[in-house]
Amino acid sequence: MSVRHAILALLSEGPKYGLQLRQEFESGTGEVWPLNIGQVYTTLQRLERDGLIASDEPENDGPQKGFHITDAGSEELSNWLNTPSDMTSPPRDELVIKVLSAIRVPGVSVHDVIQVHRRYLVELMQQWTRLKEDEADFDLTFALVVDAELFRLDSVVRWLDAADGRLKRAASELQPASTMPRIARRLVVRR
Amino acid sequence: MSFLELRHISKSYGEGAAEVQALKNVDLFVDRGALVAVMGPSGSGKSTLLTIAGSLEEPSSGEVLIDGVGLSTMSRNDKARVRRRSIGYVFQDFNLLAGLTAAENVCLPLELDGLSTKRASAVGMAALEELGLADRAAHYPDELSGGERQRVSIARAIVGERHLLLADEPSGALDSTNGEAVMRMILAACKHGVAAVIVTHDAQLASWADRVVFLRDGQVVDQTLPPPTPEALLQESSHRRW
Repeated sequence: MSVRHAILALLSEGPKYGLQLRQEFESGTGEVWPLNIGQVYTTLQRLERDGLIASDEPENDGPQKGFHITDAGSEELSNWLNTPSDMTSPPRDELVIKVLSAIRVPGVSVHDVIQVHRRYLVELMQQWTRLKEDEADFDLTFALVVDAELFRLDSVVRWLDAADGRLKRAASELQPASTMPRIARRLVVRR
Repeated sequence: MSFLELRHISKSYGEGAAEVQALKNVDLFVDRGALVAVMGPSGSGKSTLLTIAGSLEEPSSGEVLIDGVGLSTMSRNDKARVRRRSIGYVFQDFNLLAGLTAAENVCLPLELDGLSTKRASAVGMAALEELGLADRAAHYPDELSGGERQRVSIARAIVGERHLLLADEPSGALDSTNGEAVMRMILAACKHGVAAVIVTHDAQLASWADRVVFLRDGQVVDQTLPPPTPEALLQESSHRRW
């Protein structure tokens, strides 16, 4: 996630100053992601240096210094919005590595390891769901953020479920009676 | 005392070498007003658990108590009365009667229970109105969308003085918006004191529950702990930075 591009998006609505950008960033992410003011000013300086935004009063360095987006900034924002995020790298998730490791460790049940993580994830999902339960507090941006988190956690639970099932099937196929081809088994009996 | 108690429930099908044990010594307690989700993969025994809890099937051993009364101590007629009056069932495929309108489907259990047609109709309409379906009352099931059909089946399950709601994959074929609407309805029933059990393999559905019980190979292997407050979650996420 780029604070840089989020600030460009906020400035695309019209000129704003630093403190205002911070407040709008936070409310625009359902108050879930705080941003410190230092980070806002550092980002604004870099955006100005790169010609993506410009200051209305270059000589004013106070908190009320306003900024607007430039044509180059609008183009950069449009490119960012329309470029798919990079999701091509192979998963090197710690959870995946834990499950892969659990298969090899003697005396450890990989199913139990999976369950520990499944329960933790479902408990987290219960907490997020509870946040959207109260419709009186319904806030569109907040609901979108909560849904994103729920779908992310859900995808991990689904992977754990699939892994659990795949490991169970693999274990049953490894039983001597079923892994040995039927003809080979007959030969063994004859001998 | 829990409204629904399952004590040491086991269930097996078949005999000898062909015997399949669907449930092994399962305990489950559900208080009034509580929503419990039972999560597990296909074949874990979830649906069997629900049919036994709803007195639609007998356990091989163990005891089911509803409001403190053991089902095994009841006569056939008493059990039928409990099923009709106290328990509401929601099925994945809705199980609405095709020849009846939405309103008639909702009113049917009330009329079967001896309520006059007029009174049943008034109660049924009130339930449909509460679920935002008043304008669909005269429609037949095949004139309703999947989401509407499931809402009608929930209205039918909670209408009258039901105290226990049992739902098998209640949003099975629905999209996430309709699934969420269904869970909000079940939760609203719980807020009125109904004890509810849903069985599902879907973590998003299960996450609406107060407690999630995990079933594997017919046994309860784990359950969630009581959740911390939402404030704790927001505090935790406020440590996260981009």
